[in-house]
Order: sequence, then structure tokens, then C-alpha cells
Amino acid sequence: MKTLEITAKTVDEAVQTALKELQVDLEQVEVEVLEEPSKGFLGIIGSKMAKVKITVKEDPLDMAKAFLQPILDKLGVKPEIRTSKTDKYYHLSFHGSRLGILIGHRGETLDSLQYLCNLAVNKKLENRVHIILDVENYRQRREETLIKLARKLSDKAKRTGRKVVLEPMSPQERRIIHTALQNDPEIQTFSEGQEPYRKVVISLK
Amino acid sequence: MRELVENIARALVDNPDEVKVNMVEGEKSMILELKVAPDDMGKVIGKQGRIAKSIRTVVKAASSKEKKKVVVEIV
Repeated sequence: MKTLEITAKTVDEAVQTALKELQVDLEQVEVEVLEEPSKGFLGIIGSKMAKVKITVKEDPLDMAKAFLQPILDKLGVKPEIRTSKTDKYYHLSFHGSRLGILIGHRGETLDSLQYLCNLAVNKKLENRVHIILDVENYRQRREETLIKLARKLSDKAKRTGRKVVLEPMSPQERRIIHTALQNDPEIQTFSEGQEPYRKVVISLK
Repeated sequence: MRELVENIARALVDNPDEVKVNMVEGEKSMILELKVAPDDMGKVIGKQGRIAKSIRTVVKAASSKEKKKVVVEIV
């Protein structure tokens, strides 16, 4: 992490000088006042300058990109990366053609990249952040597919009167199934088995 | 391929300088032996091998263009 100590007549002046030197905005840094300025006796004896310590906060999105870029190169893809941030969630979405290699079977590669990226970024940060990776809206498309699947299988459960067990899914994907069916009065859903092989079960109430 | 494993492992451990990847090439397969500091073993394996599994998944994706099967082993 980059830090800088600056001395000036006032705290404000010191901060401004530091920001200019580091070429960053106030939001991107942490300010610590090391010494408050004082005028001293008659402004001559014992006057002290203000001293501040400025620490540049690293942006999780930049850190994520730094981690992912060499991997993308090795995978032989050059996607356009769009980023956005909502609360603690940092989204990086990849756009371009032939990015299937980034998704893998049922999103396996994408989930692995996301998991490793979160570990690498959070290792360097004090406060935990969540990084979400996406390729060409894959996550949203997958969600729609899962909702359709949930409806189809709940119909099957109602028709046959037997419980339906789905294939193993990640917690995020299981949640989508549970949510999709939670308002169905005839159906109940629960998960069984151990991670990473936990599966959703759809049964009649 | 070796660099890929090295890059990922270095980003996860506390002692990046001690990350070493040894490549053993066979006729049909390539074995990448990942070696890290003893204290960092958990950081590349993870709970129930979750991190190791993720590393293997990414390496598998990267090696899909090559004709050889790539195996990542943690030693």
C-alpha cells in the first residue's frame, strides 16, 4: 500500500498537497493526522506544522483485474471488462466472443475463477469484499434456466406425487430454486447431502 | 501452463517467494508439481480441497487447447 507523509501549515493544506502528489481523490485515501498545527507563543516560539499521513486505499476492482489478467492471457481470451459496484459487491463482467472457455461446464470455471479471485483480493484487504464475475450475462441466463427447471420439476412432483431430487448445485444456485418455489402452497423444498454435493429436493407438503 | 499455476499460487500464499512449480512432461500428460512453504499448504488446498479443486479447474480450462492432459499435484 502506498503511503505518504506531508507537512504543511494546516491539516487541510497538507492533505491537498498529498492528494496532488499521489494524483488521487479524497475518497481513495485514508487520512491520519500525526501532528496538529499550533501557532505557538506569539507565533514565533514553539509553532508547529501540521503533519498528516495519507494511505492510498487499493481498489478491489483493480486488484481483481491484476489477478485475472495473466489468467485471461493464458486462457487465450481478450475480453472487454466492465465493472460496477453496489455496496460490498464488486462486479466484473467479461464481454466478447468465444468466452465459453471462461464459463466451463455449468459455470464450473467461472465459479472457480471467482472463488480464487475473492481469496486473492481479500488476502490483501482489511475489510472483506465480494467479487462477482460474469460472462455475457451468463449468471442471469442461468438463473432464468433454473427457475424454468424448478417450475417444471415442481409440476412433475405434483403429477407423480413423488419427491424430485435435483443434481448437486452450488449454494447460490440452490437458493434460486428455493426462492422460485417458496410461494407454491403445495410444494416444499429443502437441501440434502454434504457440500459440494448438496442437492435440492422438491416434494409435496 | 507452469506460469499459470505459479501466478495463482503466489496470489494466495503468505510466502510467494517459496512457490515453486516443477513440470514433468510425459508423452500424453504433463504433471505440474506445486510446492509451497509448509505454512501455506492450507492456502493452496483449502477446506475439503476446495482451493486445489478450483486451481485444477482453471488449469484444465487453460489446457483444453493442448493435446496433453495436465495434472496439478501439490507436493
